[in-house]
Amino acid sequence: MTAEALRAPADPYRPGPQTTAMDAPSQVTGHGAGGPAPKRIIVGYGFWIFLLSDVIMFSSLFAAYAVLFKNTAGGPAAQQLFDLRNTAAETACLLGSTFTCAMASLAVGERSQKWTQLALLATGLLGLAFISLELREFTSLVARGAGPTRSAFLSSFFTLVGCHGAHVTAGLLWLGTMMAQFYAKGFRENIRHRFLCFSLFWHALDIIWVAIFSLVYLVGTLPSELLP
Amino acid sequence: MTTEHEFDAGSNVGEDRAVGAESAAAERTLGKEFRAYALGLALAVALTAASFWVRGTHLVYGPSLAVALLVLAVAQMGIHLIYFLHITTDPDNTNNVLALAFGVLIVCLIVFGSLWVMEHLNHNMVPTDELMRMQR
Repeated sequence: MTAEALRAPADPYRPGPQTTAMDAPSQVTGHGAGGPAPKRIIVGYGFWIFLLSDVIMFSSLFAAYAVLFKNTAGGPAAQQLFDLRNTAAETACLLGSTFTCAMASLAVGERSQKWTQLALLATGLLGLAFISLELREFTSLVARGAGPTRSAFLSSFFTLVGCHGAHVTAGLLWLGTMMAQFYAKGFRENIRHRFLCFSLFWHALDIIWVAIFSLVYLVGTLPSELLP
Repeated sequence: MTTEHEFDAGSNVGEDRAVGAESAAAERTLGKEFRAYALGLALAVALTAASFWVRGTHLVYGPSLAVALLVLAVAQMGIHLIYFLHITTDPDNTNNVLALAFGVLIVCLIVFGSLWVMEHLNHNMVPTDELMRMQR
């Protein structure tokens, strides 16, 4: 027995920067045996918990929208307000940006600065197009007297869709900082972990949008006799 | 033993890696990953197109449209989870899957619970205009 083997193993749960098990490529699964999971797994898991809490917040906004859907207070209903071509264009922008974000993660895996920046730029431009389409829709609704103060239905609509729009806007700011960090600091491990969180955030926003365009726009504009 | 670090970027919450195996990362090539993302995009586009088509067509029985759109939406969310968020059945993904299951449970409780309770409340409440008349 060498002195090395007699020394107590380092505590993997010790707070602060880890220099041992966390950095080494590891075969463990995070189920207790063999020590903690690699840091990438833990970072992704933590951010995934945050995203799920965000989804739960959105689910209460969806519930409010569904409950208040018929409370139009004599004002315009969904059938008279929404333009499905605009919704289709927004959907195309967001789906495209999800794909370019996935391309950025491939480029990061390849350590290609040029393709990373290009894919992230495309993601940002598509996100900007989405936001401007949404803002155009909101301003036209307000101009037609269908602002958030008109009825409980419109309040819940603007809260739900506006909250998603606010998330996309925050994501665009985050995207800008990611581009700057890759440019200035290169493909360091902690930067790649931040980018992992960003890409999870961006893909999760697209999942929320799938629910919005399906339920708020497509189901919402069905003739009222076809609604459950 | 350094292969793991080569592939830890991007949105791979859990990359495919069997327990105890040297690393499946060696088999993950750029082409394969690209094809997986392209397949995910194609499926998502197909489901989106199907949603908009179903909404506009008269070929589908009217009262079933809402349920059909809901099913298409859930299917597309599944595609996004698998192809873009990489939620898989891998051993190192178990925690993510369990968290997702809990999230889905809470979402269902909030949405269906709210609809159920408020539906009953609407049934049992005096309509607002009658209430106003009674207060006069």
